[in-house]
Amino acid sequence: MTSFSGTALCLNRSDINTDEIIPARYLTEIEKTAMGPHLMEDLELEGFDPKQDLQGIGVLVAKQNFGCGSSREHAPWALEANGIHVVIAESFARIFYQNMFNCGMLAITLDKKQIDRLFEAAGTSPLHVAVDVDTNKIQVTAGKDTWTIPFTLTGFEKALVKTGGWVGYADRNY
Amino acid sequence: MGKTIAEKIFDVHLVDQPFGEVNVLRLDRVFCHEITTPTAIQDLVARGRDRVFDPDKIKAVIDHVTPAKDTKTARQGKILRDWARRHGITDFFDIGRNGVCHAIFPEKGFVRPGFVIIMGDSHTCTHGAFGAFAAGVGTTDLEVGILKGVCAFKKPDTLKIEIIGTLRPGVFAKDVILEVIRQITVNGATNQVIEFCGPVVDVMSMEARMTLSNMAVEAGATSGICLPDKVTVDYLWPFIKDDYPDKKAALDDFSRFQPDADAVYAARKTIDVSDLPPLTTFGYKPDNVKPVSDMAGTPVDQVYIGSCTNGRIEDLRTAARVVAGRKIADSVRAIVSPATPDVFSRALEEGLIKIFMDAGFCVTNPTCGACLGMSNGVLASGEVAAATTNRNFNGRMGKGGMVHLMSPATAAATALTGTITNSHLFEK
Repeated sequence: MTSFSGTALCLNRSDINTDEIIPARYLTEIEKTAMGPHLMEDLELEGFDPKQDLQGIGVLVAKQNFGCGSSREHAPWALEANGIHVVIAESFARIFYQNMFNCGMLAITLDKKQIDRLFEAAGTSPLHVAVDVDTNKIQVTAGKDTWTIPFTLTGFEKALVKTGGWVGYADRNY
Repeated sequence: MGKTIAEKIFDVHLVDQPFGEVNVLRLDRVFCHEITTPTAIQDLVARGRDRVFDPDKIKAVIDHVTPAKDTKTARQGKILRDWARRHGITDFFDIGRNGVCHAIFPEKGFVRPGFVIIMGDSHTCTHGAFGAFAAGVGTTDLEVGILKGVCAFKKPDTLKIEIIGTLRPGVFAKDVILEVIRQITVNGATNQVIEFCGPVVDVMSMEARMTLSNMAVEAGATSGICLPDKVTVDYLWPFIKDDYPDKKAALDDFSRFQPDADAVYAARKTIDVSDLPPLTTFGYKPDNVKPVSDMAGTPVDQVYIGSCTNGRIEDLRTAARVVAGRKIADSVRAIVSPATPDVFSRALEEGLIKIFMDAGFCVTNPTCGACLGMSNGVLASGEVAAATTNRNFNGRMGKGGMVHLMSPATAAATALTGTITNSHLFEK
């Protein structure tokens, strides 16, 4: 199964849209991996440099309504091409959320308090996040601090993650 | 307990409820375009599953970049074209017959009340104007739709939005939906279906209802559904006249897809639009909405009239009424893109194209092009556009460019002055 852990990058804004995750000018590519170098290159966020800041990142943490706008699955593909298989946010746009699970990846919704704590910790030391889909727990390490955050997935979402996505699931079941 | 329209549509399309928590629905239509479909096609081929569930229920169009602008877009068109041919997908619209998907598919009569429709395009919610459950999906959902004819959706919690009052002259469906989004915000309807109803919607044409439903996704909604009525039947009649003895019979049939009086809604909202002024957006989110009067005088570099939101014949008529006999400002360039060949052809017959050209507009072939900054009117960094499109995201029409969303009337008036302008000033 795909690894659902890594160093986390916190993106301090709500409503980050899929145009910002992968601009439309790259939608003329057909191969999913072609999105890789262009992940978030148009995202204007104070102090954010996509070329530098996305290096070695495995998890994104964001605020509300992450992935709004276009239905383009190129957004999850761009994340996947960069080794990012988990996005944690206060809330997600529906299509992006479904696309993540359809690709066998994770979109995890946490309440504002938990998200705020992740942002706070990331401000002082590198944040490492490990998601265990079997126990529904996120293990967070920030410097000397470690803590566990429970989360919920539906049985269907879990099945998609375990079977590597919706095509495999649907092909077996319908 | 009564049901909403979405619940009624789900009931008659339910195939499976895995884990008792998600609804796998049978699809009546899978719409395809050349940006999101080729990757699905290639994946199906790679899996040795290059099949389609029903070639008659799949409709395809090349619309985002057409004619192809380079070898990459030519390749996307070719993959879609070759696939449509080898699977006998006869409703495939290629160059010369192609138009913006959410304009051409309804125009061809492919949508019916009660249908479940998916497409790899977020503005698929447009087709909800016909009383269908239509949702934008990603490429994987599209791929499964093509192969199996099914798609999974959560329980359709419904937000009922009743639009009451009377629209003032110069105020249109576009202003209404911008007001809806302003009030409920960009994620106000996330994971919900919007049911649009009320006297204002009742008297709207199908074109206006499509404008309304088109932007439901800008409030996060899965679909934006208008209730099927006589207006729906009149629009569809050329396509359904052999199926029903008369229009009343069609209306009776479609009444299966009316919400019950005691339907249970996740939320209800009533918006009185009697005092609504023409609206436009500022900033980079579709809920950053202000009266045009507050933005008046803001200079723009480009005016764009077109897209799946406002590129239909009514939109062109409205814009042409403002433009007729006048010239666009020297400081601005103006583009009008009729959304389909039929819209283009009717605009020619009605003399609208001449009005636009005499005023100094560039008239392009039908395409999504500029709306998402792919072709036919991309902005330079630092430029500002007034557009009848649906998204004002940062860089949407070109990196570093800014977009103000507005109605065709306001866009036309803006073209004449070069600054954001209320169309009242040009009323005859």
